[in-house]
Amino acid sequence: MNLKEWIFTTDHKRVGVLYLIGSMAAFIVAGVMALLMRIELSTLGPTITGNPSSYNVWLYAHGAMMILGFQIPALTGFFANYCIPLMIGAKDVAFPRVNALSVWLFYVGVILALLTFFIPDPPDVMWTGYPPYSTITAGNTALYSFTVLILGFASIIGGVNFLTTIVYMRAPGLTWNKLNIFVWCTLGAFVLQLIFVPVLGTAVTLISMDKYLGTHFFDPTRGGDVLTYQNLFWFYSHPAVYVIFLPFFGVLFEIVATFAKNRVFNYNAVVYGGIGGIILLSGVVWVHHLYVSGMVDWIRIGQMVTTLMISVPVGLMLIGLVGTLYKGAITFETPMLYALGVLFLFLIGGLTGIPLALPSLTLHLSETYYVVGHFHYVMAVAGTFSIFAGVYYWFPKITGRMYNEFWGKLGFWVTFVGTNIVFWTMMDIGVKGMPRRYYDYSHFSQFEGAHQLMTIGAAILGVGFAIALVNWIVGAMKGAPAGDNPWKSMSLEWTTVSPPPHGNWPSPPSVSEEWTPYAYDRR
Amino acid sequence: MNRILKHWAAAALIAVSSVAMAAGGDGQSSGQVPGSGNASTLQYLQKGQARITDPAPGWDHLWKEVLIDITVIGILFALLTAYFIWRYRRVPGGPQVGSGPKLSPAAAVGWAVIPAFVFLADDLFLAANGWVLWNKYRDVPADRLEIHLESGMYSWDYTYPNGVQTQNELIVPAGKPILLRMTSRDTLHSHFIPDFRVKEDSMPGRTTFLWFLPREAGKEHIVTCAEYCGVMHSYMAGRVIVKTPEEFKQWYEAGGAAAKKSS
Repeated sequence: MNLKEWIFTTDHKRVGVLYLIGSMAAFIVAGVMALLMRIELSTLGPTITGNPSSYNVWLYAHGAMMILGFQIPALTGFFANYCIPLMIGAKDVAFPRVNALSVWLFYVGVILALLTFFIPDPPDVMWTGYPPYSTITAGNTALYSFTVLILGFASIIGGVNFLTTIVYMRAPGLTWNKLNIFVWCTLGAFVLQLIFVPVLGTAVTLISMDKYLGTHFFDPTRGGDVLTYQNLFWFYSHPAVYVIFLPFFGVLFEIVATFAKNRVFNYNAVVYGGIGGIILLSGVVWVHHLYVSGMVDWIRIGQMVTTLMISVPVGLMLIGLVGTLYKGAITFETPMLYALGVLFLFLIGGLTGIPLALPSLTLHLSETYYVVGHFHYVMAVAGTFSIFAGVYYWFPKITGRMYNEFWGKLGFWVTFVGTNIVFWTMMDIGVKGMPRRYYDYSHFSQFEGAHQLMTIGAAILGVGFAIALVNWIVGAMKGAPAGDNPWKSMSLEWTTVSPPPHGNWPSPPSVSEEWTPYAYDRR
Repeated sequence: MNRILKHWAAAALIAVSSVAMAAGGDGQSSGQVPGSGNASTLQYLQKGQARITDPAPGWDHLWKEVLIDITVIGILFALLTAYFIWRYRRVPGGPQVGSGPKLSPAAAVGWAVIPAFVFLADDLFLAANGWVLWNKYRDVPADRLEIHLESGMYSWDYTYPNGVQTQNELIVPAGKPILLRMTSRDTLHSHFIPDFRVKEDSMPGRTTFLWFLPREAGKEHIVTCAEYCGVMHSYMAGRVIVKTPEEFKQWYEAGGAAAKKSS
């Protein structure tokens, strides 16, 4: 282990592992923030801090770290980097040095985000950074802007790199219709990143210009408009949900197909209907984040319809996933447990989003714990479970060793129970009126019991995740040798040795006419 | 092929019938006062008198309806998934690889289009119902009390038509629709009254509105800020205090006189 070799690496697998380490660090920080918040909310009034600002900074850090520091980099940084060249039979990505630049930028972004805890006036603008508050707060909005810009830049560079790689570097014979679903999903996610990240970059740049350079983009007294920011922000940040959703669903497809030893049900519908449909719709639904923001009525109604229509592509992907279980030969190792858990969690999260598609119901539900519960189920929890499923699944490939199956399964069940305690309760009190982003809920004292229950749930959740993290560290150092293909998967990445050498294959692989990554009944 | 056609026909039927239900079923299915929705607007125009449809009970009704809808879908999907997981687990002596169907082009299209139609049908059904309720929320009765709200860090400042001003206490007469025209002097705020199932943001530079119908005199309803507005966001709260029309008149006129004197 040579530290210099790792820092200056251009090998896509090492870049991927660096992404994994950085994003897991962000996840741990975000998790600690969540626990601090839950402890603070376990009693009415001040509990561990008397200063609402501290709570707001935790809240900001939790959101920004989870989305920008953990989920997007883990899914489009780690998984894409590690798996895509292996899955398409390439020696590396198209631009390995650009790839190294992207991971460096990512680390700069994470370090900037961590500075939140060391500077005198940390940002307290939530991960959304809405003006006018973000332009008048004593908190450091510039740190927020620069964190977003740098992480966004890393993502754009990754996008260019992976689109090129997928288009030009597939192994001979690997036609588009033989690609792993994960490769398709990542392709979709990077198309979205390339289109929409610049819009977010614009929004956060303008906000800092307003605050520090004296411009008035969002200042109505000088001809600006407050709502413009919210539109720009969500024009990116709703597609960002699919930047997370697509790759994590791709991971689920790989795992479910492997452990059911089955072909993906209706591959074409999943790829062209599901992924294609999401890309088409993703840019025209953002106003559902602005249902109570004071937008004109006609656009609220119009985007109610487009938002509901998202159920079609997502439904097709879900049918593909559940259909893959049909006539399978299913085994239940840890990655599969996590993946099947996601099926149920995502079902809850997805369906509870339907009321939020209706502007009339949203007039009561928006900005309550119902919304928080919903998006945690559908994105935070489903996404995180999928990331954990994926890390367990490719663990033997990455390290060449096996994790401990008992602790893996135990970790899953603990996490699954904790999750439902926290987020089910959240949705329940949300419908009853509990508003989000509250440091003190003194005028909703009837919810104290529910808040205490959620704090207990969060502690259970934390233990569950900790078990998985320790299991990986111990497994990577002391696990039994796993062999090249412990899951007996058909997918290309399992045909090389574990861990794969620099260049991945001694001689470039080519695939036969009848091979697909899911053709288990043909061998 | 025949089977596919049959599926198509079934899906089309579901789609058509649910749209029809959504469009025509409002009056009888919503459990509202008869004549609610668009029909009532017409009647109201014809008779020249207010027929007030309170959106809050409509919210509860639509919520229940959507909840049933998503619960049924959720349970069906979950049961199917659970059944597959149990039925197709790998057992010793059983098949070691899956034998999932390789769909013919027609079947593949069917398995994409038919579910898409079913989902779309449900979407349109919900959209139609959601839209009807939305119209109620945005259709402010003509016979109303219009109050101006300026929100600021961290208070709600109400100004009545006669100049009476209150802070964090919105005093209203029972049975009269209350329209708030809202703006903000600093950051974003959101005037949320959970009991009336309504909120809307206020911001500098734009005027937004919401309306609600207080029903019971003697009741108080909490008003809370639902849009993160600054450090003390969670302490930004007030009350809607509902009085009888007589009590309200007394209070309002006394306050009005005082307001005139001071100005």
